[in-house]
Amino acid sequence: MAKKQYSFYPGCSSQSGASSSNYLTSTNSMVKLLDVALNEIPDWNCCGASIGYAGGGELPRIALSARNLALSEQHNPGQEVVATCAACWLATREAKERLDHSATLLAETNEALKEAGLTFKNEAPPARHMVEVLIEDIGYETLKSGVKKPLDGIKFAGYVGCQTNRPFGIAGESFENPMYLDRMVESMGGEAITSYDQKVTCCGGALAFSEPEKSQKQIHDIIESAYDHGADMIVTPCPLCQANVEIYQGEVNKRYGKKFNIPVTYYSQLITVAYGGSSKDAGLDGQVIRATKLEDIANK
Amino acid sequence: MSIEKYRNNFLKEVEERVEEGNWVKMCMQCGVCAGSCPLGPHWAHPPQEIFMMIRAGKREEVLTSDSMWMCTSCYQCIVRCPRKLPITHIMHGLAYLAKREGLAPKNQPTAQFGQMFWDNLTKTGRVNELKLSLSMYFKDGFSQGVKNAQAMQGVGMGMMKAKRLNPMEILGGHGIKDKSGFHAMLKKARELEDKRRKLA
Repeated sequence: MAKKQYSFYPGCSSQSGASSSNYLTSTNSMVKLLDVALNEIPDWNCCGASIGYAGGGELPRIALSARNLALSEQHNPGQEVVATCAACWLATREAKERLDHSATLLAETNEALKEAGLTFKNEAPPARHMVEVLIEDIGYETLKSGVKKPLDGIKFAGYVGCQTNRPFGIAGESFENPMYLDRMVESMGGEAITSYDQKVTCCGGALAFSEPEKSQKQIHDIIESAYDHGADMIVTPCPLCQANVEIYQGEVNKRYGKKFNIPVTYYSQLITVAYGGSSKDAGLDGQVIRATKLEDIANK
Repeated sequence: MSIEKYRNNFLKEVEERVEEGNWVKMCMQCGVCAGSCPLGPHWAHPPQEIFMMIRAGKREEVLTSDSMWMCTSCYQCIVRCPRKLPITHIMHGLAYLAKREGLAPKNQPTAQFGQMFWDNLTKTGRVNELKLSLSMYFKDGFSQGVKNAQAMQGVGMGMMKAKRLNPMEILGGHGIKDKSGFHAMLKKARELEDKRRKLA
């Protein structure tokens, strides 16, 4: 049995054939290499993400997260909930925070959950992001000690984005200049561009889809700064940041007359490769813009 | 009419009917939120102005504005607000109230997309990204939809090639098992909230 057991909330975009399926592929490889077990919450549902407010209001949105937490309490008792998606993590933490502070909301949420035969007991601590498991429960030094193929010679722009950073963030890190992603890159033997100045810039979120003409400037700035700082690729902990910054590069090029073509990867892909996993283990076949320098190390 | 008791007191209405609305009165008008918003250039009114308009009773102007719909949920305003107002959530709450009162601007793309997202996820319990994309492309009719889909063809093909967009999702795709319990739960949650917030 693996050393560490967690109750896992993978989220919609991680499913097969969905936009961050390669994030889950690489996460599964990574946790195997780190001897961590992720026990999926049975029958989990969507968290509502940030844009869910428009159709859902407050209580139905909280009910979504409460259902997942109640299922976790029931099926994975005593285990902390861990999410890999920034929005899943944020919505789950936010819901618990509201329920901790309002007896009315808690009573109404449980009345709604009763319709699904569930009860939220609010026993577990707040949900955690996978990044917290890596840097707090495992630690940079231990992470570094398992590296088999250091990511030598690759320069990474660590793009943290919004929702892994605000409003909760990672303990001990600042909102304006969090360093954990750079430190993770360095632990894997890569070169972190610590002066990358767009690391917490918003990618536009859902508005990248609904208001592209207003939000593509965000994506443009995030990529341009990575180039200006000499990055070979961008690395991020968020599936929406990854998708927006990678897949709209062609659109941004058309709008701004640029020739951007920079890979956007996940920390879990870096760790998988550095720990000796194959390109396929790391989900590198899921890149729209191939991360060839990382593939070269994986294929060595 | 349910809003009659709030006549001439929009602040009171916001406090009772809007998510986190009881924080509005705490705003000290410093404008840090306005300077922190990524969609700053596109707002009719930045958050601190919206808060002052609420206190001034400008119900119609606030709820019909497209300002709240510019929120990308980046949470920059929340972490920088010296008074710790949960600005992101207040914006979401105001947008939702505007929509429920029928005052949100017509054809506002984020309002439309937000509703599509909710309808999409609540149908099966999980988001179907293919259907979500198509419903957005085809929101203004078939011929515009074909144009939109053609314009985004490169993006779609790249995603399919990387196996991150599955055309078979059109047949149903992912979903939870307990759909009936899930739907009953959401129905009850909406009923309870509508009653408490007087949203008819």
